[in-house]
Amino acid sequence: METALSFVVGCLFAVALYLLLSKHIIRMLLGVVLLGNAVNILIFTAGRVSSVAPPLVPEGAKAPLDAVANPLPQALILTAIVISFSFFAFLLVLAYRAYQDLGTDDTDEMRVAEPENDGLPPLGY
Amino acid sequence: MAAPSETAHLKAEAMIHGALAPSDYLVVAPVAVCFLFGAVLLMVRKRVDWHPWLAIPGFALLLAVDVMLLLKVVADGPQTMMMGAWKPPFGIAFTVDMLGALFVATAGFVALAAAIHATLSMSLVERRYGFFPFMFLMMGGVSGAFLTGDIFNLYVWFEVLLIGSFGLLILGSEHEQLDGATKYCFLNLVATTLFLITTGYLYGLFGTLNMADIAQKAGRLEDDGAMLTIAVLYLVAFGMKAAAFPLNYWLPASYHTPRFVVSALFAGLLTKVGVYALIRVLLMLFPPQHAELATLIAWVAALTMLVGAFGALAQSDLRRLLNYFVIAGIGTILAGLALAGDGGAAEPSIIATAASAATAAPADAAAAPLLPGSGPLVVGLSGAVFYALHSIVVMTALYLAGGTASRVAGSSSLVVMGGLWRARPGLAALMLVFLFAVSGLPPFSGFWPKVILVRGAFGAGLPWLGAVILVTGFLMTIASARVFALAFWRNAPEPAAAGPGAGNAPARFDPKGEASPVAAMLPLVLLAAFVVAAGVFPQWLASLTDEAARGVVDPAAYLGSVFGGGGS
Repeated sequence: METALSFVVGCLFAVALYLLLSKHIIRMLLGVVLLGNAVNILIFTAGRVSSVAPPLVPEGAKAPLDAVANPLPQALILTAIVISFSFFAFLLVLAYRAYQDLGTDDTDEMRVAEPENDGLPPLGY
Repeated sequence: MAAPSETAHLKAEAMIHGALAPSDYLVVAPVAVCFLFGAVLLMVRKRVDWHPWLAIPGFALLLAVDVMLLLKVVADGPQTMMMGAWKPPFGIAFTVDMLGALFVATAGFVALAAAIHATLSMSLVERRYGFFPFMFLMMGGVSGAFLTGDIFNLYVWFEVLLIGSFGLLILGSEHEQLDGATKYCFLNLVATTLFLITTGYLYGLFGTLNMADIAQKAGRLEDDGAMLTIAVLYLVAFGMKAAAFPLNYWLPASYHTPRFVVSALFAGLLTKVGVYALIRVLLMLFPPQHAELATLIAWVAALTMLVGAFGALAQSDLRRLLNYFVIAGIGTILAGLALAGDGGAAEPSIIATAASAATAAPADAAAAPLLPGSGPLVVGLSGAVFYALHSIVVMTALYLAGGTASRVAGSSSLVVMGGLWRARPGLAALMLVFLFAVSGLPPFSGFWPKVILVRGAFGAGLPWLGAVILVTGFLMTIASARVFALAFWRNAPEPAAAGPGAGNAPARFDPKGEASPVAAMLPLVLLAAFVVAAGVFPQWLASLTDEAARGVVDPAAYLGSVFGGGGS
């Protein structure tokens, strides 16, 4: 199970990076979603997934006897999912507004903030 | 299930008992104050005219709490508070040592100055979008990042300050801002995702997220490359946050687009949070890996400085020029982190030596012997922290002064600006102070940390890095002189003579929104007071940063605060 998930994580990272390298905002958005999910599955996998035993410590022992799934990474992912979801919602609106206002979703053509041929500063006065 | 008595026994083992003294709550107070005021301001969001009267006392309270926390740390050493009273390493720890306390106090100081400036310079219409609530939320994130002792919690604070900064960045929704914000948001999101991945790996390796616990365990694990991988990934993630050289392109693309006061906060604080995290993680948690990466950091620092200096020289717009000053400052701070040092005897920084000699307290110096071989590291780190604090104040001040200057001149383009010396002599004098300080000229605050860093670089066997610091200072002096000569000294150019860059003067420089010239100077005078005080009397600050550096390099006190005291 972990091996399979590791391959899934690798594929998701590859696809996410490929999409993030695009100059179109819409593809970058998809890349961001996949990147967030890749990280979540990575941490989830690292915390063991195959065990069905509940993570309980038996009486008298200091640690669980079997290899149980670690609940902490799952708590971390829960936080990360919420954060990445809210960020993605913000990015979607931002990208849509940028597309509306700037008339392009091509990052190469988004040169309002950094205009081309801005000119040198005055060299004397 | 355990019997009730056994449960009580287990609880006694896992939790901290005894009530906390009220002063212990100081550790979380900066975050609590920010969120409290942020929430209240959101509730009264329709009464925009009330906002400054709530926000300025709020930021004054924040600064007061920050300073009290700093004084407590100076007096009693690092402080720890465990969330939910769970014992470390299980509960989330808030641990503040000298490094965190210095950063959080400086952050509170510039936030107050920026809030006063915003009150005086922003019209009611602009505040309608919720400037002050966002600012409190961002400051909550910044304070939390400086105070937390848990690495996943640090990630959460990064996200908190990031979402606050997104809100501030697009305030007003102009075309330029949407463009800049798109780049800022994507790249920062990728950087925090990288931070999250690395933290996942780190938990896999150590089984703990508490920084003190990691620092303890890191020494005992033998390094099979996994720790170096984690250190490199953190370097990339925080380097991106801090706008270090190969990953700095989001900063000049976005920092000049929002309101000046927002740029001032961003330039002062956000990149420095990245630097702080880099110091905390690389130097405290992974010292051996940091030593291996020192050469790489030195190269990154040198290139960052040069990119910043040359970029500043090439800009024709005051705001974009200041963006590159931020980058050059980050490079200078990173130079201090590069002095892992293979050579040299332990050498405390010259200013602190002078200070201890002046106060005739040689016992202090003898009582705190430096770690063998850590001499250049402590010197470099002390210089870096000093420079970071200076940079927080002076970059905020430069953007605020630049904003006032642009409103008076009606544009931020150096082609159009002019005649400000005659129009506003007081502003011109303050601007000159800040420009001197950012270039590292005496007698202002930028000079001493650069002295420490250059000396440290030569002492650590990196003379070329010292040379780069000096060359950068020289280039920044030229860029600063150009700003002053063009915008302040020369007479205002004829509108017809203004070149092609003159056309893009949007209505945001409407001078109507400005308060009286004298009132607008108040925050600048506050910031200038720090710049002059730290430049003329650097001993007090240098001895604090020295202690901060020692506390990071040898975190015994930090560990003791987390595991030793704890109130049990």
